[in-house]
Amino acid sequence: MPLQIEIQADSVRALLSGEIDHHAARELREEMDDAVKKAMPKVLYIDFREVSFMDSSGIGLVMGRYKLMQSLGGEVRVTNVPAHIRRVMRVSGLDRLAVIDNGGRSE
Amino acid sequence: MKRTNEMKLSFLSKSVNEGFARSAVAAFIASLDPTVDALSDIKTAVSEAVTNAVVHGYRDSLGIIYIAVRLYEDGRVEITVKDKGCGIEDVEKAMEPLYTSCDTGERAGLGFAVMQSLMDKVKVRSKPQKGTRVVLTKRISPRDR
Repeated sequence: MPLQIEIQADSVRALLSGEIDHHAARELREEMDDAVKKAMPKVLYIDFREVSFMDSSGIGLVMGRYKLMQSLGGEVRVTNVPAHIRRVMRVSGLDRLAVIDNGGRSE
Repeated sequence: MKRTNEMKLSFLSKSVNEGFARSAVAAFIASLDPTVDALSDIKTAVSEAVTNAVVHGYRDSLGIIYIAVRLYEDGRVEITVKDKGCGIEDVEKAMEPLYTSCDTGERAGLGFAVMQSLMDKVKVRSKPQKGTRVVLTKRISPRDR
């Protein structure tokens, strides 16, 4: 399953997996938006630990979700980014936009 | 400089083929025994160029995307991604980081920036209504020397 969604009290956690490119982002964005609009969370966690590949379409995916969360008065936290994915995120300055932490598991 | 190997492939500009293009190029350059990072860099750059052709070149239509890869004696890899789509009016502007002609807010406008940071050289030639050609170059050294 390329996307697993966990809905908790104040947050939604989206666990991405596999290759996040333009093709994958198209389906992912709809599913993530549906979950957010239903749950109206304060925080959307986007977990990258199972992601094996990402190009700038993945950055666009995060950016679009960041705009959505911002419009709802919430925030996006990007978590568990593998080392080889961090390069694309750094080039895009995503770390300045959406909080990136490695951890972020809420119990 | 002697060309040691080359390949050409062409495919329909469907987004599902973005992964195929990455894998095909990665498989072809495997013979150079690249490091994990070099392979990842090349796959990512190819993905950006192919996605540009799918999303922008052939925007609301389908066309053929052409990829050619040439390997040279000195470890240089030259990848050409070509489309016969709508072309780019102002190449310099298109290559500005964060510039995007998409208005849905879903595209980051970082394709060229990523290509330039991961490859040694990025050359773009384009003509409106005719198409676009992107040439990516990177020198690869084998893993254990």
